[in-house]
Amino acid sequence: MSHSDHDHEHDPEHDHGHPGGSRFSEVELRVKALESLLVDKGVVDPAALDRLVDSYEHRIGPRNGARVVARAWTDPAYRQRLQRDATGAIAELGYSGAQGEHMVVVENTPSVHNLVVCTLCSCYPWPVLGLPPVWYKSNAYRSRAVIDPRGVLRDFGLELGDEVEVRVWDSTAEIRYLVLPERPAGTEDLSEAQLAELVTRDSMVGVAKASPPPGGKQ
Amino acid sequence: MNGVHDMGGMHGFGAVQPERDEPVFHHDWEKKVFALRFACGALGKWNIDMARHANERMPPAEYLAATYYERWLNGLERLLLERGVVTRRELEAGRSDAPLPAEDRARVLRTGAVDGVLAAGRNYRVDEDVAARFAAGMAVIARNAHPAGATRLPRYARGRRGVVERDHGVFIFADASAAGGRKPQHLYSVRFRARELWGEAASPSDAVYLDLWDDYLDPAEAV
Repeated sequence: MSHSDHDHEHDPEHDHGHPGGSRFSEVELRVKALESLLVDKGVVDPAALDRLVDSYEHRIGPRNGARVVARAWTDPAYRQRLQRDATGAIAELGYSGAQGEHMVVVENTPSVHNLVVCTLCSCYPWPVLGLPPVWYKSNAYRSRAVIDPRGVLRDFGLELGDEVEVRVWDSTAEIRYLVLPERPAGTEDLSEAQLAELVTRDSMVGVAKASPPPGGKQ
Repeated sequence: MNGVHDMGGMHGFGAVQPERDEPVFHHDWEKKVFALRFACGALGKWNIDMARHANERMPPAEYLAATYYERWLNGLERLLLERGVVTRRELEAGRSDAPLPAEDRARVLRTGAVDGVLAAGRNYRVDEDVAARFAAGMAVIARNAHPAGATRLPRYARGRRGVVERDHGVFIFADASAAGGRKPQHLYSVRFRARELWGEAASPSDAVYLDLWDDYLDPAEAV
């Protein structure tokens, strides 16, 4: 392959350019035609389409998961409930539903690092993380995460020692996984809301650690 | 189906390249594809396993070259045609020849229902008394099977030995569901040592966990 996935997926001109000088690419025209047909036929409600997009652009995203993690860091009883029944504990904070119906939380420790992938498609826990980023859906990530997880982590700038066990979770069924990253050092005085700011999307997929506190170092 | 979608362990795709401050969607047409696919799914003409299998049947060279939402678009067109929601003629013209039948109209996803549908999701767990063939701690071997239809047992795990980590309970079986059935059975988290899957070059401490149904597994000697 002369192009990486990344180049391809970010270059809309790559292989569906603008034939005949049209303002629209081939794929844009195809989607417009399909949308017209489905609206015309009464299969979809245009306002519902807007509401779906808006939900994932503004309401359902990784800040949800960050609140779950920050709560688990500060409330041992909540953390226990998260371990025993992740779906229920996550629903306590108001997050549930599509692509997060059956949740499992896996905890990072000094000796265990967890990494989530879906090699067969791109399953991802939508209620807590929103829709997956391009890299998570890329051929590169789906192919390598299981055979070379440490190499993938190095792509993200994370080097783990041999004393750490790497556990890769391949989402082959309807169970969705959320990584509970380790609480960074030097955060004893932070509030739950401040802690949530340190919890990145990548740390909840397992390709990164939670961010160090402002002014601190890890 | 031994398709190119079954990518675990393949080489040659290069480094993973994260994008800084990535937007949720990169183009307006991606938003449309996402929303159309979700809204059409709510009609109940297909289930999630049929939907995944529709993507998997994209011709392999096209699949590899396509972006995620191009695969979704291809799969959606396939589903709409196969399930009789639209005709080939309508799809090509982008115009409706006949309205959605009255019995389907009540199921169209309306704006006011979106939040509720998202929050409710669907339940894949089945409240039925099905006997478990395995329990946590038992050694298993993933079957060396190559069905031509949908399956969620990746090639890289077939014939490999693992240990049941936990029993998730009874779930709809993906292979049956993709073909219109259910065949509910126990689903397990199974731990495979990285060296069992990838040989001696893999880290001795690392492991891969897969969620596998009873029908994918046989008992094995302890690993």
